[in-house]
Amino acid sequence: MDFFDRFAVPHPSFLIYASMVGIGLTMLAIVLGITYFKKWGYLWREWITTVDHKRIGIMYLLSALLMLFRGGVDAIMMRYQLSVPENTFLDSQHYNEVFSTHGVVMILFMAMPFIIFFFNYVIPLQIGARDVAFPRLNALSFWLFFMGMGLFNISFIVGGSPDAGWTSYFPLAGNEFSASVGTNYYMIAIQIAGLGTLMTGINFITTILKMRAPGMTLMKMPMFTWSAFIANVIIVFAFPVLTVLLAMGTMDRLFGTNFFTTDNGGMDMLWANLFWVWGHPEVYILILPAFGIFSEIISTFARRNLYGYKSMVASMVVISLLSFVVWAHHFFTMGQGPLSNSIFSITTMAIAVPTGVKIFNWLFTLWKGKIEFTTPMLYSIMFIPLFTLGGVTGVMLAMSAADYQYHNTMFLVAHFHNVIIPGVVYAMLAGLTYYWPKIFGFMLNERLGKWTAWLMSIGFVLAFIPMYITGLDGQARRMYTYSESTGFGMWNMVSFIGAGVMAISFALLVYNIYWSIRYASRDIGDDPWDARSLEWATHTPVPEYNFAVTPQVDSTQAFWDSKKNGYELFQGKVEKIHMPNNSGLPFIMSCIFFVFGFAMVFSIWPLAIVSLIGILGCLAYRSFEQDHGRYISVEEIEETERKLRGAKK
Amino acid sequence: MKVDKSLPLEYSTEENSLKILGFWIFIGAEIMLFATLFASYFTLENRVGSGPSGAEIFEITPVLIETLLLLTSSFTIGLAIHAMRLNRTKATMTFFAITLLLGAAFLGVEIYEFMHYVHVGAGLQTSAFTAILLTTLGTHGLHVTFGLFWGLFILLQIKKRGLTPETANKSFIFSLYWHFLDVIWIFIFSFIYLKGMM
Repeated sequence: MDFFDRFAVPHPSFLIYASMVGIGLTMLAIVLGITYFKKWGYLWREWITTVDHKRIGIMYLLSALLMLFRGGVDAIMMRYQLSVPENTFLDSQHYNEVFSTHGVVMILFMAMPFIIFFFNYVIPLQIGARDVAFPRLNALSFWLFFMGMGLFNISFIVGGSPDAGWTSYFPLAGNEFSASVGTNYYMIAIQIAGLGTLMTGINFITTILKMRAPGMTLMKMPMFTWSAFIANVIIVFAFPVLTVLLAMGTMDRLFGTNFFTTDNGGMDMLWANLFWVWGHPEVYILILPAFGIFSEIISTFARRNLYGYKSMVASMVVISLLSFVVWAHHFFTMGQGPLSNSIFSITTMAIAVPTGVKIFNWLFTLWKGKIEFTTPMLYSIMFIPLFTLGGVTGVMLAMSAADYQYHNTMFLVAHFHNVIIPGVVYAMLAGLTYYWPKIFGFMLNERLGKWTAWLMSIGFVLAFIPMYITGLDGQARRMYTYSESTGFGMWNMVSFIGAGVMAISFALLVYNIYWSIRYASRDIGDDPWDARSLEWATHTPVPEYNFAVTPQVDSTQAFWDSKKNGYELFQGKVEKIHMPNNSGLPFIMSCIFFVFGFAMVFSIWPLAIVSLIGILGCLAYRSFEQDHGRYISVEEIEETERKLRGAKK
Repeated sequence: MKVDKSLPLEYSTEENSLKILGFWIFIGAEIMLFATLFASYFTLENRVGSGPSGAEIFEITPVLIETLLLLTSSFTIGLAIHAMRLNRTKATMTFFAITLLLGAAFLGVEIYEFMHYVHVGAGLQTSAFTAILLTTLGTHGLHVTFGLFWGLFILLQIKKRGLTPETANKSFIFSLYWHFLDVIWIFIFSFIYLKGMM
């Protein structure tokens, strides 16, 4: 192929050209806007070089919302394509690209940054810490993730999107069947973002183990911190598998090795196995923090301590262990024999037990609680039955013998979305609404919020319940069209309408943010929900150093006790606080990573070598750098505290 | 920086002890990385396609030399840390330098070994077995290479700044890394070479 030909989209359509123009104009508008308002300096000093966990968290949030939109557009395109039989809106290749990117974007570039936003923003506050253990590494994590995300997202306008599904099974993902550079993007963009995630895992395990406020023993940690801790342990053990897997996949595609080919000894099932050794724990990396958020919200708005704290922790530990021994349920029908199938069937079903324990704990927390139906609580209450339905169909899928009927059908698609949307997405939206006042100093509109929650649920039921029916009836997933005679048409139309309702719900969320920025009251105090854990004990907006005096903790609900029992949370007096300095290095290094990734995708070796040397140069520079941070003086702290108290009244 | 004099230098500040714990967790991730490589190796070990098998290409002599060099270097980095605890800058630097030289020698033999494999027709693209063999060995080799530069930078910093809490912390973490590479090598030696030659 000619050098420049590779950069062209191999399979163009009007939609892609329109997107190119749209992206170009948006970029131009952003650059011109920042220049016009002279914000480059501000952007560089306050955001790009920041090592503050709260700002890094907000940047994760913005990325996640952006990707929710992008993944959502992919979803709407798929539902529209399937809404009537023999539709010609997308052709088969374009449909392949859309479902592949929808999966990757939603899981790795929407759900992951969304939970990492909560890790970043909430955990240090919740454990009474000043920052994370390695602030600069945290900035590097974010920028690596961001560059990986950027690299993945330019694929559809430069060189072509990945088209082998989000699981990228070989030999389909090999050069023979996936000839464009699309799958190179998959391998390399996820690799770069994954490095960032691994560092996040190391960072937060250290933070949680070593930086808790005095008195906060492990069994006094708030439930969200517990769930995040376990999720981060899973990250550290699962992501290296992905690193190796993607490296081997990259070598197969770029260097002609034979790991996953079907000749010269290659073994395509090795990809499937290793992919799910990472991929199955990955869903628990997402769902456990979501459970943690629901636990916080449910106990806050039921006005009760969480029922069964210890069993909650134990069940999460059990889930994390089981998550590593179920991966082969992803290929029951690929001929691994009855013994393997039985073992993986049983381990898979076993996960329903600790998950059931958690569901009962939430129900018992609600029982006799004084329930307040705020928006976050509404999501949490809707989550319980909807998620349970998804769990039940999961047990159905776990029966390996029965799986021969519904594997690779829309039934599976329905099950997966039935756990991930009420489980993860609801938790994200509930948590977003819940923490919004702490982050931005005003509440989102409750009325619009409740509309969003209801529309989301109605849309969800309309979009995904029909898939169970067509799936049992044999509608295969990843098929870009079907014939009239199958009778799937009506159900798929219902699905499309449901997807539309969910899109309206998302638009309403955006409108809610806009409305609240303009009109919502700024006079809400530090603790608008009358909540229970430490993050609500500090000021809103949270000062750079989080807590002027490190809190002393005495129970799992320290802040609640300080409010109700008069327990003194902040004992001791203000001392000077040590804070890390900002640094441009994480951003610069990640930019070079982006160039390196791009050069690898298109096999431009000289550029790849130069940028690799650049990355190593950054590491060397960092090694010799001496930066011991700075101190915030007592006077400065008292000044800030006085101002914040004044703002609150 | 608050320095706690009752603790060894490398643990003496809060930042230092955080870094050591963080590095242990990183080693946990590295164990998973190599475990994945080993699992893949055992899966693909006998899938030689039209290429040679391990028994046909492995040579014991260079492997024994490599083992000897790397194990000795693990001993000398231990001595370097011991000297550091005794606050003897010069001895620390000497043992550090010996470690790096041994590491470089190891790498030299490994490069010879790789050239030998390519020479006898066991290149990266020959078969699944050769691909995973060279990838597993190569990943370890890249770690050693990375370690050589990293160690060299630390050595230069000790030379320039002496044994401060910061350089002591870096040296200690480097020693953990170096011992870890040695442990991985023992697995490579036993389960790739010895098992392959039997």
